[in-house]
Amino acid sequence: MDSMRDRFAATTTRLLDEDPSLAVVLAEISADRFEQAGRDHPDRVINVGIREQLLVGVGAGLALAGLRPVVHTFASFLIERPFEQVKLDFGHQDVGGVLVSAAASYDWPAGGFTHMAPGDVALLDTLDGWTVHVPGHPDEAETLLRHAVAAGDDRVYVRLSEQANTSPVKVDGEHFRTVKEGRSGVVVAVGPMLDNVLRATEGLDVTVLYATTVRPFDAEALRAAVGPGPAEVVIVEPYLAGTSTGEADTALLDVPHRVLGLGVGRAELRRYGQIEEHLAAHGLDAVSLRGRISGFLSLPEGGA
Amino acid sequence: MTTTANHAYGYTDLPELMGLMTGDEKHSPAATSTLDALWVLHDRVLRVSPETADDPGRDRFLLSKGHGPMAYYAVLTAKGFVEREWLTGFGSYDSPLGHHPDRTLVPGVEIASGSLGHGLPLAVGTALGLRAQRLSDPAVWVLVGDAELDEGSNHEAIAYAGPAGLERLHTLVIDNASATWARPGGIAARFEAAGWSAVTVDGRDHEALYAAFTAPHPGRPHAVIARVEPKTS
Repeated sequence: MDSMRDRFAATTTRLLDEDPSLAVVLAEISADRFEQAGRDHPDRVINVGIREQLLVGVGAGLALAGLRPVVHTFASFLIERPFEQVKLDFGHQDVGGVLVSAAASYDWPAGGFTHMAPGDVALLDTLDGWTVHVPGHPDEAETLLRHAVAAGDDRVYVRLSEQANTSPVKVDGEHFRTVKEGRSGVVVAVGPMLDNVLRATEGLDVTVLYATTVRPFDAEALRAAVGPGPAEVVIVEPYLAGTSTGEADTALLDVPHRVLGLGVGRAELRRYGQIEEHLAAHGLDAVSLRGRISGFLSLPEGGA
Repeated sequence: MTTTANHAYGYTDLPELMGLMTGDEKHSPAATSTLDALWVLHDRVLRVSPETADDPGRDRFLLSKGHGPMAYYAVLTAKGFVEREWLTGFGSYDSPLGHHPDRTLVPGVEIASGSLGHGLPLAVGTALGLRAQRLSDPAVWVLVGDAELDEGSNHEAIAYAGPAGLERLHTLVIDNASATWARPGGIAARFEAAGWSAVTVDGRDHEALYAAFTAPHPGRPHAVIARVEPKTS
């Protein structure tokens, strides 16, 4: 299976051929994947070198000139390092663009914490008007990327990861999908967390919603899933734990509810190794999730 | 001279227009550091008017140094973008004219600025965007302060734009010697080392400014360093 990042390059290369208003801005990362596109469209595939503030400013400048920019690098360097550029050059200027990250929370654990960005979605939550897509499979990444590029002058963040589910789900760039129905609680699985959540909830009488577009948050889907309440909701996110609990609280304002936010811990984990080892360390592997979800919902871990 | 509804404004009207914002027609040099360069640029160089403010083929002027925008608003008023009546409300809740300009509130304002170090990268992107659309005619101008050049984002932009050969990009540096740590070798040298065309002029001399603004610079971006009185004088 190709990775989401491979699919991003292939899809964007095709979109550059189809849409003369599209431009890609890079800061060396993934530049090798855009060599052919750069030869075909030298004015619309722009590599600014290792300059991330310029990367984001240039993207917004392209938007000011009437183009649709796709701006790409690792999440740490796309959202965290040039955060004021993201806030002002897109938000305050009131222009749109598509930010596409790679490396996610710990796609390269051996590379250490400098290349990990579990706080990216929480950071974007401090800004207004960003759509956030978190695909869980390369096919979903392609679909959501196409939505993002076609979304007029909207500001869209597409968070790509090396973690992926085995099978794609049909996603529409807007709604959560119900992948399993039950009566004893609702578990929202975000993007690459779906496979582990489904394994963790095997035999448990719970509803599982699958979310790949987390901002705007599909409040309606969550309200429909919990019914009249009282509601018990677990959100399993591949980034900072609790990032979306506020959204769930707001969605359930009129329903008595408890929400458990599971995700990457805030404490820096000074470990290298493999993705699976980091998932386990943060309690996001299937076995850990089963214990934490069952405990919160007061269900026997063995299932009904 | 530009004719607006009721009045034809020239350079000599600018102090009075600025006075409407501050209640004072005598400004310190620092408050007017940009005035002459802005006037010559808008009066004689930039090809943009209120009628063409949304034309893709217009010249762009990006005020990056958003602090102290009275001279900017006065010039925009003189050129018919901003209504004279707006000036007296400067900085008030109901006024579109803030102490930093907002592109969504003021006609003719290309970027919202205030935070230093954003205009030049945005100008680089705008120049790239125009080039990608085969709009080779419009010029992109960005005004920065000498101390603003300390921002790392500007170093990124200068270092990229020269080798990238962004011929339609122009940076106007108002140098009132306000940087705490002056640039060794001078500001022009910094641009030249990065492959720019650069010229340093007296920022109060209108003919010298005009000559610097219109100097040919084939294949390279162009920087004009306009020296005015030191901020501390």
